[in-house]
Amino acid sequence: METSSHDILIIGGGGAGLRAAIEIAEQDPRIDVAMVSKVYPMRSHTVSAEGGAAGVAGKDDTIDEHCYDTISGSDWLGDQDAIEFFCNEIPKELLRLEHWGCPWSREPDGRIAVRPFGGMKKMRTWFAADKTGFHLLHTLFQTSLKFSTIVRYDETFATRLLVEDGAVRGVVAIELRTGKIRAIQAKAVIIATGGCGRVFPFTTNANICTGDGMALAYRAGAPLKDMEMVQYHPTGLPFTGILITEAARAEGGWLLNKDGYRFLQDYDLGKPTPTPVLRSMELGPRDRVSQAIFGEFEKGRAFHGPYGDYVHLDLRHLGEHKIETRLPMVRELCLKYENIDPVREPIPIRPVQHYMMGGVHTDIDAKTPLAGLFAAGEAACVSINGANRLGSNSLGEILVFGARAGRSAIEAVRNGSAANENAILAQARDEERRIEERFLRRTDGTEKITKLREEMQRAMEKGCGIYRERESLVESANKIGELRERAGNLAIDDHSRTFNTQLTAALELGYMLDVAEAIVHSALDREESRGAHQRRDFAKRNDQKYLAHSVAHRSAEGPPRIEYLPVVITRWPPGERVYGR
Amino acid sequence: MSDTIILEVARFNPEDGGEPSYQSYEVPLRPDWMVLDGLNHIKDQLDGSLAFRWSCRMGICGSCGMMVNGMPTLTCETLLMNYAPGPIRIAPLDHFPVVKDLVVDLDDFLAKLQKVRPWVVRKDDFKPAREFMQSPAQLEAFHQFSLCINCTLCYAACPVSGLDPNFIGPAAIALAHRYNLDSRDQGIEDRLDIVSQHEGIWDCTVVGECSVVCPKHVDPSLAIQQFKLTATKEWFKSFLLPRGKH
Repeated sequence: METSSHDILIIGGGGAGLRAAIEIAEQDPRIDVAMVSKVYPMRSHTVSAEGGAAGVAGKDDTIDEHCYDTISGSDWLGDQDAIEFFCNEIPKELLRLEHWGCPWSREPDGRIAVRPFGGMKKMRTWFAADKTGFHLLHTLFQTSLKFSTIVRYDETFATRLLVEDGAVRGVVAIELRTGKIRAIQAKAVIIATGGCGRVFPFTTNANICTGDGMALAYRAGAPLKDMEMVQYHPTGLPFTGILITEAARAEGGWLLNKDGYRFLQDYDLGKPTPTPVLRSMELGPRDRVSQAIFGEFEKGRAFHGPYGDYVHLDLRHLGEHKIETRLPMVRELCLKYENIDPVREPIPIRPVQHYMMGGVHTDIDAKTPLAGLFAAGEAACVSINGANRLGSNSLGEILVFGARAGRSAIEAVRNGSAANENAILAQARDEERRIEERFLRRTDGTEKITKLREEMQRAMEKGCGIYRERESLVESANKIGELRERAGNLAIDDHSRTFNTQLTAALELGYMLDVAEAIVHSALDREESRGAHQRRDFAKRNDQKYLAHSVAHRSAEGPPRIEYLPVVITRWPPGERVYGR
Repeated sequence: MSDTIILEVARFNPEDGGEPSYQSYEVPLRPDWMVLDGLNHIKDQLDGSLAFRWSCRMGICGSCGMMVNGMPTLTCETLLMNYAPGPIRIAPLDHFPVVKDLVVDLDDFLAKLQKVRPWVVRKDDFKPAREFMQSPAQLEAFHQFSLCINCTLCYAACPVSGLDPNFIGPAAIALAHRYNLDSRDQGIEDRLDIVSQHEGIWDCTVVGECSVVCPKHVDPSLAIQQFKLTATKEWFKSFLLPRGKH
C-alpha cells in the first residue's frame, strides 16, 4: 500500500477547499498542504453557481442589515454569532477575489457592480454576469497554481477517514487512474466536498454531489446537523433540473401561472409592481417562492408537461440587451436544453432540489467535534443558513469558512501531538481489504447500483419534498433502511483497476444512503414547520420546542440518534418573517 | 423515424492486453436527450464497465468532451437527434493519451496551464484598500478569454498539438492572454518569455480549428495572433530599450 503524509489534507477541490489551501499556503509556506479531489478542481460544482455573492458594498447598506436578512431568511435557525462574523468577513473575501483577478461585473465608473437578490433588503450581490461560480472557481484554481507548497491528488476518491485515539489522522483514497489504494496521513483534515443533491431524483446538482464528505465524517463519528433543511430552488428547467438563476428574477423576471397571473401576490409576498421591489414578490426567499409554486400546482393553476407541472418565468419584458449582458448563460441554457429563446418566449420552470442547509456539524471556527477534523462550505453546517439559505450567501460562505477552516487547521498542526502510525496504517489496510473484498473482487452480488439509486431517489422525493408528513416520512425511512441492507450485496461487473467508475458509483451510493438516512430521520423528528421544512401535520413554527439545531449521530445498528442544540441568539429575537409588506 | 440509435463507442482497457476496439450499443433516441444521456443509458442499463467523465451536465464544468463522429464535442450539450439516424461513433479526444475507454490523460494539459502563470502578477506590490477600478471596456478587453472551461476540445482539434506534444496549445495561450489583457495585471513580460518560445505561439500555423470547436465561443486563435503581435513589438523594443536580462 502506498503511503504519504502531509501536515494538512483537504478533501474536495471546489471553492471552499481551494480557498482553504490558499489561506494555508499564504499564512505559512512551511506547512505542507495537500488536496484530494475526485475530479480536477475546476470541474467542482462551485462552477455551476450563477447569480452572485452577497457582501455589503454600498454606503446605504450596513452589516447589520445583511445579518437581519440572513437571520430572518433562515427562519431564525441560523446562529447569530456565526452570521455576524460571516457578514463582516464577506466584503473582505470578495475584495480579495477581485485582487486575484475575478472578473466581477462593473459600474460605468469602474467600481464593482451589485444586483438585488431574493430576501435581501439592499442591493449587495456582487456578480460576474451569470457565471459567478464559474469565474470564482477558476480564479481560485488559477491563483492556487501560484503556490508550489500545495500538493494535489487530482481524481483521487476518498473512502474513509483514519481516526486514531479520537483524532482524525488522514484518509484512505483510491487513485482513479491506476486504482491504487493510498493511505494519506495528515495532522488535520478539512472536509470541503460540497453537497449531496444526487440523493434526490430532480436536482440542480452535478453528478459528483453525492455527500461523500458528509458521510465520511458521519461514519467517523462527527454528527450531521440540520439535515432536514433541504433547499428547493424555485426555478429549474423541467426535464434536466438545470438551474435558471435567481438573478433572472432579480433583473426583473416575473413568475406567471397558466393564466399569465403573477401568483406570488396570493402567498403573502407583496403586490406586483412593474419593476422589482426588494424583499417582495419575485424577490422573496427561496423557500416561500418554491412553496407558492407548489401551491399553484395543487390549485390546478399550472401547466401540465411530460415531466410534471410547471409555471412560467417570463423575461421577455427585459429585452434582448439586458438578457444578453446580465443573463447570457440563462439564454444559452434555455436555447440548448429547452430549445426556447427567453427573449421571445417564457421559460418553463419547476422547483428543484438545490442546496443542503445541513451538513457536518461545525462551530464558528469550522471545527467539528472530532479532533483534527474541520469542514467548510455546503458539506458543513456552521450554521449561517438555518432553515433557509438566501441566494448569494453560499459563495460567500465557501470563501469565509474555507479560509477559516484553513486557519483553524494550521492551529491544530501547531498544537498537534504525535500519532501512532502503526495503528493508523493497520486501519488503512482494513479499508483496503474492504474495498477489495466487498467491491473489486466480488462476483456474487445481485443488487444493481442503478436500481438502488433510483429507489432511494424516489423515496427521498416522496418523503422529503417541499411538504412532508409523518406517514410518508416513515415510509421513506423504512425504504432507506431496506436499501442500506440491500446495498451490502451490490453487483459489480467491472473488476478492473483502471478508472473504475462503477466502483466509485458503488461507493457513492453508500455515501448517499447514509446521508439520506440522516435527512429523513431528522425530518421525521422535527415536528414543526420552519423555513424549508414544511410539515402538513405540524403546520406552525414551534419556538418553544424547536428553536434548535437537530444533530444526527450515526449508530452502529438502526437509525441515527437525533439530539438538539440551542440556536445562538444575540441581538435579533425570533420574530415573524415579513416579505412584501 | 426509428426510436433508437446505435452508439459505436471506443473501448480500451490497458489491463486486457491493450487493443482498442469499438462496441455498439442501441439506446433510445429521445428528442431531449444529449449524447451524454445516451452514454449514461449504456452505463446504467447496458454495461456498467464503460468509463467516461461527466459532471455538471450543463456545459460549464468541461468534463465530458469526446470525439463524436470525428469532431471534438461537449457531449452534455449536443443532442443525439443531431446525428439521427446514426450510427454515432464516440471516441476519446484526439491528441491525448487514453487512460481507459473515453477517459484521456490531462496531466500534461494541467502542467501547461500552470506554466503560463495564470494569476494576477503585480510587480509593484500595490494592494488597494478597495477594488482596482476597472471600466466595463477594460473588462470587455479580456472577458471572452476568461470564459474557457478547460474542456480541451481545442487541443483535440489543433493539428499542431497532434504533431508536437510540447506545443503549449490554444487554451493555455488564451489564458495567458486573458491575464495579459487584464488591467490589474503586470505579468506580461514573464508570460512573453514563456509563451514566445518555440513551443509557444510561433508553433501555431493559424489553422483556426481551435476557435471553431470552442463550445464557449472563446477565440484562442485570435489570442495567439494578438500574442504574436505583442511579442514582435516587444522583440523590437528590446533593441531600443534593453530590459537588462538578455
